[in-house]
Amino acid sequence: MFDRRLLQCFDWGLLALTLSIATAGLVALYSAVSAGAVEPDLTLFRKQLIWYGVGFGAMIFCFLFDYKQFERFANFIYLASVGSLTAVLFFGKYVSGSRRWLSLGPFTLQPSEMAKVAVIIVLARFFAKLINTDGLTLRDLMVPALLTAVPFALIVRQPDLGTAMVIALIAGAMTLFAKIERRALSWLIATFTLLVPLVWFFLRGYQKQRILTFLNPDRDPLGAGYHIIQSKIAIGSGMLTGKGFLKGTQNALSFLPEQHTDFIFSVLAEEWGLMGSLSVVILFLIIIAWGLSIAGRCRDPFGTMLSVGVTAMIAWQVLINIGMVMGLMPVVGVTLPFVSYGGSSIITMMIGIGLLMNVSMRRFKFE
Amino acid sequence: MTNYLDNVDSDWFSKRLSAALTVVIAAFVVLIARLLFLQVIEGGELRRLSEINSIRLRSVDAPRGLIYDIHNRLMADNRPSYDLSITVKDAHPLEQTIEKLSRYTGLDQAQFWERLEKAKGTRAYKPVLLEPDIGREALAAIEVNRWDLPGILVNVSPRRDYIFSPSSAHLLGYMGEISVEELKSKIYSDCKSGDFIGKYGIERVREDWLRGKRGGQQVEVNATGQVVRVLNTVAATPGHNIVLSIDQSLQLTAEQLLADQAGAAVAVDPSSGQILAMASSPSFDQNAFISGMSHDTWNALISDPLHPLENKAIQAEYPPASTYKIIVAAAGLEEGVIDESTSFFCPGFLRFGNRTYRCWKKWGHGEVDVLKALSESCDVYFYKAGLELGVDRLAWYANAFGLGEPTGVDLDHEAGGLIPTAQWKKKRVGVSWQKGETLSIAIGQGFNLATPLQMAMVAAAVGNGGVRYRPMIVKTIRTADGQTMYESVPEVAGRLPISEKNLWLVREGLFNAVNDRHGTAWRSRLEGMGMSGKTGTAQVAGRRDDAAGGENDWGEIKDHAWFVAYAPRDNPRIAVAVIVEHGEHGSSAAAPVAAEMIRFYLSGGQPKSDAPLAVAPASSAEGD
Repeated sequence: MFDRRLLQCFDWGLLALTLSIATAGLVALYSAVSAGAVEPDLTLFRKQLIWYGVGFGAMIFCFLFDYKQFERFANFIYLASVGSLTAVLFFGKYVSGSRRWLSLGPFTLQPSEMAKVAVIIVLARFFAKLINTDGLTLRDLMVPALLTAVPFALIVRQPDLGTAMVIALIAGAMTLFAKIERRALSWLIATFTLLVPLVWFFLRGYQKQRILTFLNPDRDPLGAGYHIIQSKIAIGSGMLTGKGFLKGTQNALSFLPEQHTDFIFSVLAEEWGLMGSLSVVILFLIIIAWGLSIAGRCRDPFGTMLSVGVTAMIAWQVLINIGMVMGLMPVVGVTLPFVSYGGSSIITMMIGIGLLMNVSMRRFKFE
Repeated sequence: MTNYLDNVDSDWFSKRLSAALTVVIAAFVVLIARLLFLQVIEGGELRRLSEINSIRLRSVDAPRGLIYDIHNRLMADNRPSYDLSITVKDAHPLEQTIEKLSRYTGLDQAQFWERLEKAKGTRAYKPVLLEPDIGREALAAIEVNRWDLPGILVNVSPRRDYIFSPSSAHLLGYMGEISVEELKSKIYSDCKSGDFIGKYGIERVREDWLRGKRGGQQVEVNATGQVVRVLNTVAATPGHNIVLSIDQSLQLTAEQLLADQAGAAVAVDPSSGQILAMASSPSFDQNAFISGMSHDTWNALISDPLHPLENKAIQAEYPPASTYKIIVAAAGLEEGVIDESTSFFCPGFLRFGNRTYRCWKKWGHGEVDVLKALSESCDVYFYKAGLELGVDRLAWYANAFGLGEPTGVDLDHEAGGLIPTAQWKKKRVGVSWQKGETLSIAIGQGFNLATPLQMAMVAAAVGNGGVRYRPMIVKTIRTADGQTMYESVPEVAGRLPISEKNLWLVREGLFNAVNDRHGTAWRSRLEGMGMSGKTGTAQVAGRRDDAAGGENDWGEIKDHAWFVAYAPRDNPRIAVAVIVEHGEHGSSAAAPVAAEMIRFYLSGGQPKSDAPLAVAPASSAEGD
């Protein structure tokens, strides 16, 4: 039965924030795909509009029924996600050396994007049961560690280090939020310190290359090094007010690599200057704060952990992507939420927003 | 006692949330600080850099690996190609520039516009290819008038040059522009559209070794897009050089002997399986593929009834005809159906069922034993041996000789031929095997099909005493600086299931076929070289059911001529199979080609000194 309070409690603020960032993203994408061309090819822009349409549908679907249903079906969602990640390793489409896409008729799906949401849901369910003021012991952490490690390993196999890292970071943020017992924490820190050299050993050549290039961009004058330099020039040359819509020269002359996906923030910063880039960064900050406040007002541990997870996903991707294009982080291939081109990325983010709205509009249930 | 939190009423959660928010804000402060640093503090400097941003990336093509023959003679080289392109952004005013360009170079303006039209939608800064591989004259005209041609670029890139083309065209193959489908495939993942890749022959099969790794340069360009300075270079890695087992002079000899005819000639080293020559006639000009082929030339090539693009040595299947008798004789001896003393009387025909199967020799061979049957190619003898063996036992031996499946040579689109069995016919044709068909099979007609390479490998295995090698064409693969990456070693594919004594009998028969006065190839004998061989006359499709050989009653369609041979008689150094399409008789059309190839090879490349060998149509006595 429909509860009128659902409508009263609907989070119009979050909707407005989402629409704002989506608009900013579409403007930047329009620049990225059209500027500099004799005759702009708007195929990708139109496709992104379709993705947003699908994304809004997914968002609505995600807040229509009580989020408790996600708790009930958490294991199922998780297993389906692991299944699709396994499938992509066998039937996935090869694009420049990695297998990340599953073909579904004319469209392709990136199961690793959806896996982020699946991990958030399954971890939220798990932590909701265990959360306590003393913190989680090492034994408590075994299961969440395993739940994260399986999709992590499958995504590393593709290989897609960026997305794998984001999943690990989301899980880490959720765990830290749920509190780790002091003794367990010191153990973990010690182990990680030892693990770093081991991880380095297992990284692929091009992944090591990227980290080394990050530390010294001159190592790869034709690739990442060149990209970082050109991206910094693009952002900085925007100055206070920017060069104007469709007037970005770095963008037009294709100095920016993957300007419609990973480096789209540089396009935005070049054309709209500090005015535009700062607005977008602050908009992201407000969305993140909004997400945390939803988590705070929720009166049920699952809802809180779910909101924290979704918020962490947005926060990490924003920090990593913008940090990367400004030369603060290695070039790892993480998309900028709501802005970068990509169906799976947009739909995943809109599902995240749907989940936040769901938690937000059902808070009265506990009052 | 653990204090589980079933609800979130406590302050505990809000405290953790504020902590989380603090961390997030701290991280965003770093981002914002960086933004301010780049856009405000360094903004002016970076804006200036972006305005004069003249640093561009340019790819440097890797030279493709070279291909040599066994004596290190260069077969496929790279030459510089001057490719004309335009950067639309720099070419102001565009129309005048194109017009002037056309005037200076004498190249067609309409085509320039066509290419520009196609490139619409790409970035204005990216050069658009106007004309690949312009000649030196056009290049000179552009260089002289460079000041008048803004935005016009001439790039030098390596292009394939086949030195002996059209010689070896089928085995070297050719290159062409990568297709959309190929771009998607994993093996071409480091290619980009417009790249040339191997499309046929060694070029295609060994693409992974031949293709180098593209390099690149960071260059500074001036206002008209001309490079003024190279800032940084990542060198291209050249592809690997390949040494083939082909002997180019033997190859040319074979091709000359086949000139003006359709057919193929294969020579292999019987002691290793290395292919010494593989000629297919007619051939085609590979270089025409490199410099861009017109539709008319292409259509002419693919509609030519002689199939110049087909490598007849491995892709064409022919009835092996009497050359197949080698296998029937060996199988009969081994199965005890015949022995060295078995003899049949040949009256010139065999009556079987209600039909008459003729021998090629109308008046018959008289008393025939296995040696005479091979050397004089008596059909009646093999009809009888074949009937005793039956189709399936015969097929087993044919397979053991390597027929009926591809040899596995390192070339593309190799055909496997066909060795029928009773079961095969039932399945494919739907009709049971007729005993009369065994008669056709026994003389290599009927459903039997084999490629010239397969027959050369049969000759090699018989000649070397029974070892079947996998034919090899790549001998060595080396890096550009000479480091050996691969060295072929003989690969044994099997052993003939024939006893030493029986194989000796077969070899004796083959020796007599050439060196006995009554042998079918007596005219092509080579003094002192001990050539052994077997002629064959394959009935052309359409007359396949008319079992036995004999007169040519279909005037215009002449039979295919076969000859397989090896020399010298013991420890042979070369084995050859030759087919001349519609050459009529193996003894007159194919044997002289094989004999001359063997003579040329064994004499160490001596030109022919004595009188030319008989290539005129043979007298009726040498029909086959």
